[in-house]
Amino acid sequence: MKLTKLAAIAVAAVTAASPVLADLVFPALSYRTGPYAANGIPFADGYADYFTLVNERDGGIGGVPAQLLECETGYNTEKGVECYESTKGQGSLVYQPLSTGITYQLIPKATADGIPIHSMGYGRTSAANGDVFGNIFNYPANYWNGASIAINHLLEINGGDISGKSITLIYHNSAYGKEPIRTLEVLAEKHGYDLTLLPVDHPGQEQKSQWLQIRRERPDYVVMWGWGVMNPVAIQEAVNIRYPMENFIGVWWSGSENDVIPAGPGATGYKALTFHGVGDDYPVYDDIQKYVVDTGKTAGAGDQIGTVLYNRGMYAAMLAVEAVKTAQEIHGVADITPAMMRDGMEALEMTEEKMTSLGLPNFGPAFSVSCENHGGPGLGGVAQWDAESGKWNMISDYSPSDMDVIQALIDEDSAAYAAENGIESQCN
Amino acid sequence: MFYRESGDFKTTYAKDTQTFPIKLDRMGYYVILAVALILVPIMLMKDVGGGANYWTNAIFLPFLIWAVASIGLNILVGYCGQLSLGSGGFMAVGAYASYKLMTWDVPFIGELNFVVVVILSGVITAGVGILFGLPSLRIKGFYLAVATLAAQFFLVWLFNKVPWFYNYSASGQISVPTRSVLGFQVTGATAAPEAKYLLCLVILIVVALVARNLTRGRIGRSWMAIRDMDIAAEIIGVAPLKTKLSAFGVSSFFIGVAGALFFAVYLGAAEVGEAFGIQKSFLLLFMVIIGGLGSIFGSIVGAAFMVLMPVLLKNIMVGHLNWATDIAAHFEFVIVGALIILFLILEPHGLAQLWRLLKDKLRLWPFPH
Repeated sequence: MKLTKLAAIAVAAVTAASPVLADLVFPALSYRTGPYAANGIPFADGYADYFTLVNERDGGIGGVPAQLLECETGYNTEKGVECYESTKGQGSLVYQPLSTGITYQLIPKATADGIPIHSMGYGRTSAANGDVFGNIFNYPANYWNGASIAINHLLEINGGDISGKSITLIYHNSAYGKEPIRTLEVLAEKHGYDLTLLPVDHPGQEQKSQWLQIRRERPDYVVMWGWGVMNPVAIQEAVNIRYPMENFIGVWWSGSENDVIPAGPGATGYKALTFHGVGDDYPVYDDIQKYVVDTGKTAGAGDQIGTVLYNRGMYAAMLAVEAVKTAQEIHGVADITPAMMRDGMEALEMTEEKMTSLGLPNFGPAFSVSCENHGGPGLGGVAQWDAESGKWNMISDYSPSDMDVIQALIDEDSAAYAAENGIESQCN
Repeated sequence: MFYRESGDFKTTYAKDTQTFPIKLDRMGYYVILAVALILVPIMLMKDVGGGANYWTNAIFLPFLIWAVASIGLNILVGYCGQLSLGSGGFMAVGAYASYKLMTWDVPFIGELNFVVVVILSGVITAGVGILFGLPSLRIKGFYLAVATLAAQFFLVWLFNKVPWFYNYSASGQISVPTRSVLGFQVTGATAAPEAKYLLCLVILIVVALVARNLTRGRIGRSWMAIRDMDIAAEIIGVAPLKTKLSAFGVSSFFIGVAGALFFAVYLGAAEVGEAFGIQKSFLLLFMVIIGGLGSIFGSIVGAAFMVLMPVLLKNIMVGHLNWATDIAAHFEFVIVGALIILFLILEPHGLAQLWRLLKDKLRLWPFPH
């Protein structure tokens, strides 16, 4: 027991010393280590660099500097809890854990503590119902939108009819990968395709048997819900069995450069969904170059700028900054609290003019958030990989998903959650 | 002199066989109990320093719960000599059993009391543990480790595959409903830190007491006889079947209790592959080996080492030295790994043995010869 106490005393000395600053605090539960690091690093870099840019260029948000509290989770839920507990007392405004598992974990905790969570394109899909999940936001798109957009894309290239086609979902066998199944099943009834489910266990390095099955059954289309090391392995396996890459569609978490480059030229034609622009052809990158890269203030090695996930991290930070500005407007204070941040997120309106003024013209869809709808419009597009030029090219516009189907599922799932946890309507 | 048996007269058998025969040890034990049971909860309740939630959720709860699991595995590996790599799976059984029991509307009773749920989860896990312990009658050592490894993978696969276990939720996640013990909420996000802490602490104390008394009685001696030499044990009349299976049962019971607490009190929501994967089995085995095989105290110290050391290192490297988080995370692996190797070289019998040696030296101090 003495050793325990010694350690405890040491921890006390260590934790007691962390200062509380009067800044706008943004915790970043990032993961730069572990099997998901290849995806975690660019996102974390983009997220951090945008706040650096805002501080350097604009002197903060509304005059108050933004402070980033980075905490390494390794995509591990227990470390995620530790990170949450250690940062929440320091004035954290919004959590973006970039992990569906950690998001599930934090939903009740953050709701109890009154801190908003923005799980952009991941997390619990039914959190889009703001009437039940008052503190959770997942705009501009969620998993079920993603599943529907993928099916819509298949409908489009098949002239509106995919009945009798076979579609295989290869997914990460976790909460994250299981999210789209329900939607795909309902859509299968509606459109008459056959759905096969192929789970891949964490971390996803071993997929020989799944791809053997795909090789044997030759499904017309393969849809992937992968993350981390699972993505490049799956794409490599697809190349190995000579699966036609244009029939292989990944969700937005399976569509970064890190996923396709290892497979070489064979990966050309692989498609991935996205809810924001790709590439670095946006004016904001000039600013990033000037204020962040040239001053040596990049969060990581600076080699990720302009990649898909870097863009996504930057987009997440940008939406957070805009929400802060909205909150500052609503409440008339510059140094906002998490509760004000929540109001700002709920009143967030992203217009094309706003994005152009931020140096991100046509980067993402225009949308607005309301009390009932925390999920945004659910628009998404499809990007295709070209290995020769090493670029993702958008091959469709941001198009809507099948909200009739999805809204019914969201209402059902969130109503079940509300009943389980005794949650009353948040919007009245 | 202060650390001596002499002068402390034992007049009854009970006193003669007590766990802490030396007065100073006994006093220390009571002081620690008093601090843990009275002072710490008061500090958590008053939120001294503002870190009650952090201390509870990031430090105390994982430590206490892992200590329970570690005692459980130590019974099997340390006392009975049966190597098991299925502990992560058994923790999952405890967690899913508790989830199913909590969401089950029992006829005539309704909602089960949380303590009952935890105990029943342990019982169910004990049953599963006994089932997977059956091969231990035929296979030994590393081969048994491989057989129990099968349990680990099978159980995780089962909880992922059969939707009944997670009540057909879309994501396969299980989330704990709010439950109270004696009127104090102990599960869910709104539970008070001191309530969660006290519940886990009391369970750890009970488990440690039960384990301590089991291991020095007839059952524990039969376990140790099997561990030291199974053929000799059989010849002197120890039944291998009953002994090995009882070790598997008791060990799994504790691990199941820990699994239930891990899910319900500590995490609140879990998915089986992530929360109860193979790495948990290894972590638990490391705790037992580093703490000291065949020692209750060692189990607790081992759990403290494996749970608290990474948190401590992280706080020093990131919080004080302001290192980049990824470098700190990598160094954490290096340092913890190096410490494990160092400890095992310096003292192969674990931290408990270090403590034992220290006590022996103290007894002779200041005249070592």
